[in-house]
Amino acid sequence: MSETAQHSPHHIDVKEFHPRAHEALHNPQIRHNFRKAMDGLMTKRKSAFEGWDLESLRDLGANVRLRALANLPDLLEQLEKKLTENGIKVHWAVDGDEACRIVRDICKARDAKTVIKGKSMVSEEMELNKYLEEHGIEALESDLGEYIVQLAGETPSHIIMPAIHKNTGEISQLLHDKTGTDLSNDVEYLTAEARLQLREKFMNADVGVSGVNFAVAETGTLCLVENEGNGRMTTTVPKCHIAVTGIEKVVPNLEDVTALLALLTRSATGQHITTYFNMISGPRKAEELDGPDEVHVVLVDNGRSSIYQDDELLDTLRCIRCGACMNHCPVYTRVGGHTYGTTYPGPIGKILMPHLIGLDEGRHLPSASSLCGACGEVCPVKIPIPDLLVRLRQESVDGDKLHPAKVRGHGAKRNALEAMIWKGWSWMHARPGAYRFGTNMAARLRKLQPGQMGGWTQFRTSPKLAPKTFHETLKERGQ
Amino acid sequence: MADPIKLYPPKPSKVYFFGTCLVDMFYPDAGMAGIQLLEREGIEVIFPQDQTCCGQPAFTSGYHDEARAVAKAQLGLFPEDYPIVVPSGSCGGMMRKHYPGLFKDTEDEILAAEVAGRVWELTDFLLNVCHIKLTDKGEPTTVAMHTSCSARREMGVAEVGPKLLGQLDNVNLVEQVRAEECCGFGGTFAIRHPEISGAMVSEKVDALVDTGARDFVTTDCGCLMNIHGYAEKNRKAMSGQHILSFLWNRTGGGKGEQS
Repeated sequence: MSETAQHSPHHIDVKEFHPRAHEALHNPQIRHNFRKAMDGLMTKRKSAFEGWDLESLRDLGANVRLRALANLPDLLEQLEKKLTENGIKVHWAVDGDEACRIVRDICKARDAKTVIKGKSMVSEEMELNKYLEEHGIEALESDLGEYIVQLAGETPSHIIMPAIHKNTGEISQLLHDKTGTDLSNDVEYLTAEARLQLREKFMNADVGVSGVNFAVAETGTLCLVENEGNGRMTTTVPKCHIAVTGIEKVVPNLEDVTALLALLTRSATGQHITTYFNMISGPRKAEELDGPDEVHVVLVDNGRSSIYQDDELLDTLRCIRCGACMNHCPVYTRVGGHTYGTTYPGPIGKILMPHLIGLDEGRHLPSASSLCGACGEVCPVKIPIPDLLVRLRQESVDGDKLHPAKVRGHGAKRNALEAMIWKGWSWMHARPGAYRFGTNMAARLRKLQPGQMGGWTQFRTSPKLAPKTFHETLKERGQ
Repeated sequence: MADPIKLYPPKPSKVYFFGTCLVDMFYPDAGMAGIQLLEREGIEVIFPQDQTCCGQPAFTSGYHDEARAVAKAQLGLFPEDYPIVVPSGSCGGMMRKHYPGLFKDTEDEILAAEVAGRVWELTDFLLNVCHIKLTDKGEPTTVAMHTSCSARREMGVAEVGPKLLGQLDNVNLVEQVRAEECCGFGGTFAIRHPEISGAMVSEKVDALVDTGARDFVTTDCGCLMNIHGYAEKNRKAMSGQHILSFLWNRTGGGKGEQS
């Protein structure tokens, strides 16, 4: 993918979206990798839910998340209290930069030089690796996909499968170039080699950094879902474990986790359960043999509390990061994750990122959808993604005087010409006489219809105006 | 998303017909087929001449003030208690699902919700309200069908088209791979993101051609214009028509006795 996709994902040029899309659409490797992977994931999800009353389960999931969000401030207080009782140190971060500083300070206090990381999208959001490196701390990704992406100097192209844009050949070449492994198409061999490299790092890492899937307020438990065991290692081998999480990940109690977990693994990878499900409830106790001496949680806001202020936009925070929306998105499937140029790609990225980077920088995001609704249909917590896309489109052009826009950077996409076109369109279509006159004229003058209509006729013939409008036909018929 | 339970009204004696702007200017035959199918079922069809457009293009582009002004001009056109039938899942979806929100906190809030509650996608109405029974009078043929995303997901009528086509004895309906995937139209999406839309429609046409059918039908003029237009420009052996035209022609309407 292009250079811009690989660095500073938060500060991409919005004009780059189309060039990147163009590049991806004309890259057979990208097209093939994504299509194949997404087809597989869609099939797996479907069969994982066979025999389940999926609609009821989705309702349950949505309600669990809505109830948690309705009590978010109280739950966060309860969570802090319980975590503290469990011996976990709680930190609050307003934004990514503050969260990075907190992690660095913890590392500094322990004189830590190396950090091993489990998979965490919030840490991507924070650009933690880059920050730590700039401050002399080595951060190494231990999730295989993240490890590959890190070796390649890229960012994840999918929130669950970060290296899904690469095929075995590309990964083999990368591992060969960067770590000296033999070139091979044997996935077992490549995985074993990477595992060996990572094992050594685990043993020597000073600090482990992980994400969190669910933070349980009632018990002060951090839940972590993973398949490779690297999450278990990250959170237990180093002497210090730092979990970073968005503030919206809190749920009231463990019972809530059962519904969300059932939905998460099936929606994400089509698994009934992941290989590992970690429940972290504190540092190593005196009588225990292993586990870290210190456990920290960094609760990151980074724009979430402003999303929380709006009753409709609030639904964005229901997300449990399963990635099903991107797996089913016809746009994502074709352009891949890097085209978006944002930490979170695909449908969830389109409704979440504008809040994180502003609608000025992210103004290409809400429009990059045909509003087909596949994302909303599969969302395990029923986020009305298409409705939120329309809302953000409105915000991006300041298009509703009754409901003034409020997202940071709103109105950035409004331009005088387009606004004038819609005004004219509205004027004509709100006046039946003008409309009938206009459409009748168009029908009569149809021979003058332009043969070229921009992007439309690049791929299609232009639609042919009928010689007589439907209105006119029916009028003659006496209707 | 589709309502969990849809309560169909009893078959009425009269309906309002909302033709849509695409039917008006590009596909009046599809609208006429819809009207004639309804009339054959013994229903009187009222076409308010003051109708224009549901307002969707401006709505999905974010210009909600402009969309509201156009939608408001439609709200008063259906004073009697008759169902409002629409030959499109997309425009039907706009009216049924989005009018209430668009007029929330305005003086038209109640009227908008009332109108929205009477809106039906026309094929759904024919099958589930009129309980139409179709008699095929055409030669044996094979067709594929593309159900629009709004018909499928907003109006929840994905099963309706295949059921109607299933009533036609000489029609062999074949299904393309990834039938539920969007064709790439998406209204202004096709103009704003032409290359992505182009990639989507090209794969849709390939999937349709791979079924072996040479004709496809669809519930929505937007998809029709997109898929047929791509096939035509790229000389693919695939030609489309609105499902209403197809049903009317197959069952003895139109000029000949076959499509």
